[in-house]
Amino acid sequence: MTLKLPIYMDHNATTPMDPRVLDAMLPYFTEHFGNASSRNHSFGWAAEDAVDKARQQVASLINASPKEIIWTSGATESNNIAIKGAADMYAKQGKHIISAVHEHKAVLDPCKRLQREGYDVTFLEPGQDGVIYAEQVREAIRDDTILVSVMWANNEVGTANEIPEIGAICKDKGVLFHTDATQWVGKMPTDVEAAGIDLLSATAHKMYGPKGAGFLYVRRRKPRVRLAPIIEGGGHERGMRSGTLNVTGIVGLGAACEICANEMQSEAERLTALRDRLVDGITGQIETAVLNGHKTRRLPHTANISFPYVEGESLMMAMKEIAVSSGSACTSASLEPSYVLKALGAGDEIAHSSIRFGLGRFNTEEEVDYTVQQVVKSVNHLLAMSPLYDMVKEGIDLATVQWGAH
Amino acid sequence: MAYSGKVIDHYENPRNVGTLDKDATTVGTGVVGAPECGDVMRLQIQVNPDTGVIEDAKFKTFGCGSAIASSSLATEWLKGKTIHEAEDIKNTQIVEELSLPPVKIHCSVLAEDAIKAAIHDYEHKNGLEHDD
Repeated sequence: MTLKLPIYMDHNATTPMDPRVLDAMLPYFTEHFGNASSRNHSFGWAAEDAVDKARQQVASLINASPKEIIWTSGATESNNIAIKGAADMYAKQGKHIISAVHEHKAVLDPCKRLQREGYDVTFLEPGQDGVIYAEQVREAIRDDTILVSVMWANNEVGTANEIPEIGAICKDKGVLFHTDATQWVGKMPTDVEAAGIDLLSATAHKMYGPKGAGFLYVRRRKPRVRLAPIIEGGGHERGMRSGTLNVTGIVGLGAACEICANEMQSEAERLTALRDRLVDGITGQIETAVLNGHKTRRLPHTANISFPYVEGESLMMAMKEIAVSSGSACTSASLEPSYVLKALGAGDEIAHSSIRFGLGRFNTEEEVDYTVQQVVKSVNHLLAMSPLYDMVKEGIDLATVQWGAH
Repeated sequence: MAYSGKVIDHYENPRNVGTLDKDATTVGTGVVGAPECGDVMRLQIQVNPDTGVIEDAKFKTFGCGSAIASSSLATEWLKGKTIHEAEDIKNTQIVEELSLPPVKIHCSVLAEDAIKAAIHDYEHKNGLEHDD
């Protein structure tokens, strides 16, 4: 089999749609195009039936009831509705929220807005392993805490937090628990009951479904969670998120969830093996390379590796046949390197040099081997050009060097 | 980010990568930038003490594609110039030659500073410092 280039290894950013998902969606663009809110004719009923089926498919993936699924445009919207909606609804009980410094911006920015509006937000800090532990949450909870929002798995490094343990503490203390499970759902077993989750955000395009369709799980019993809506209108989705339903997207999301549920175990095993092959291949040949975050508490498909003394963007340029993502500042307009890696205590030379490899359903062993070969070749090329690596080889401690201001 | 063909050419085929003896009196070394900013450039010139002509130039750069291309181009321009001519190289010329996008102008500034630092080091070693 010949290798098809370029190779896509950025599945944490987005996934290709599974052709089976597209097949499920197609009839709802043209034939069954009805508005799911139209109760008076068969076009509307067909759409409503499809949405009901999807609700079942999504709920079953996370062990929820279909009535607890709120459709949204994606995880960013789900996070906003959960955090701002809960803050607004429960403000009378307290104004303290707990989150973490290395959350996605879709959680951090709503939290920062609430701070400006007078809420008090505690941002927990992970250790070098990138994990938020339940004890940290227990210590941070106060009498006026109304919400804990901690992601299930980190999008940049792939490390998983102690979610069921955090859920148990929140239950014990009577505090609402939201988790941004965007990278986790569909990849790893998810049980909102067992994990004590009250609010959970996810999106279709991270699990081989379409972009623009996501959901928020909102617990209905023990406790019944109520949220003030951000988008108001026709009272769709139990009044929490109005707007005509994106029927095709929802059908795709449902189909994607069902495929994930059926194939999760074998896929996780396959991706874990591929990821380990990638990591071992790279770190075995480049002695400076470092895997970021906890060694084993991580998503099966994600590895974030730093290549000290080499800059991330130039490394991506060198291996242009491989689509990956870099935490390097030079890839963005700002000059700040990845805040996530900085939160893990990474030095600047590491934070500027990281590459995220996100494997997926259609990656092959052959692609992994080619990637390893390209990474090794490119890193060696850039190390030979690196003044920092020269200095280190001369025995100079880079931390003691007086750098010029720039 | 879409780079010009010239940046990609310098990145893929960098000119004059290497090291000169920094202790030699005929060599000037300039190291600028900082790891936390994501780029460090080391530029070295070998000067003929009789004529003041730069006979060789070498670089090593930790940084993005534009930083590597800017320093590679700088070494090409330095060779054959006198140190006084070299002092006149401006970052805007580098920006123009490589068609650097606005967010990468920083890389050209770094290259200009590295040239000046290398010349200064050579002059300092040889007691040739002058008031600007």
